[in-house]
Amino acid sequence: MASKRYALPDRKRCVSCGACAGECPRNALSIWRGCYAVVDKTACVGCGICQRTCPANCIVLIPREDPQ
Amino acid sequence: MKRNHGYSYLWIWPILYFLLGFFNILFAWLGMIDVLLPLILAVFGGNKGFCNHLCGRGQLFALLPKKLKCSRGLPAPRWMSSPGFRFGFLAFFLAMFSSIMYQTWRVFSGASSLREAVKLLWTFSVPWHWAYSAGTVPDWAAQFSFGFYSLMLSSALLGLIVMALYRPRTWCCFCPMGTMTQVICRAKAGHDLKS
Ligand code: SF4
Ligand code: SF4
Ligand code: SF4
Repeated sequence: MASKRYALPDRKRCVSCGACAGECPRNALSIWRGCYAVVDKTACVGCGICQRTCPANCIVLIPREDPQ
Repeated sequence: MKRNHGYSYLWIWPILYFLLGFFNILFAWLGMIDVLLPLILAVFGGNKGFCNHLCGRGQLFALLPKKLKCSRGLPAPRWMSSPGFRFGFLAFFLAMFSSIMYQTWRVFSGASSLREAVKLLWTFSVPWHWAYSAGTVPDWAAQFSFGFYSLMLSSALLGLIVMALYRPRTWCCFCPMGTMTQVICRAKAGHDLKS
């Protein structure tokens, strides 16, 4: 079952440290070419661990537009 | 599920590094791995593989609060991860590194003699003479060791302070190596830091 929310890192503020990716229980985050974190929407379960981990506090959980 | 891609034992590295340098300052040179490897991976690989998988310091900051509950876990002030502060801190770090090189050169050229002390947070001079017996290596190589070890230890202390005050890996927001490698990766990918 798809979660109601998913994580969205802010590409402009991300420092590409990878702290979020290291904690994600679903391995849903990766650092795109060393520039910023990107999320795999289908893998993310919206648990919010990354949001609480991010030292730049640049991840928000947003509602999924259309239920999958 | 995986955690830290199986590299989580690397948190031992910074502890080992500071221990080794406590007994023999020449081990400070090994810290150059932490400067060169991230840059090599960024320049040639176009990635932050160092920060993301290999950095012992980042892993130590992530691990300590899990074991010891020593971080408040609060979001750091926003300016700490802003480009202005990050570049400012990088400039400061580069200036400090240049001053180490300058001191090393002065000792090399005979303009100044070896000072066997570690300077903490660029302010407090701590005697460290037990960690070096004069004449083991050329004086300039020893001078670089004392200077570079001071830089590594001071930045680790700063990192521990912001780890305790804010989120565990707050240091990574303005870590000079993190900033430099991100700038390189962004340049390679065709984005600047503000886009
Ligand atoms: S919300 Fe949870 S599952 Fe989704 S990316 Fe963050 S840590 Fe991973
Ligand atoms: S923890 Fe935050 S700053 Fe670090 S890579 Fe993830 S989103 Fe970016
Ligand atoms: S930002 Fe600095 S401390 Fe953090 S993972 Fe990268 S090199 Fe290590």
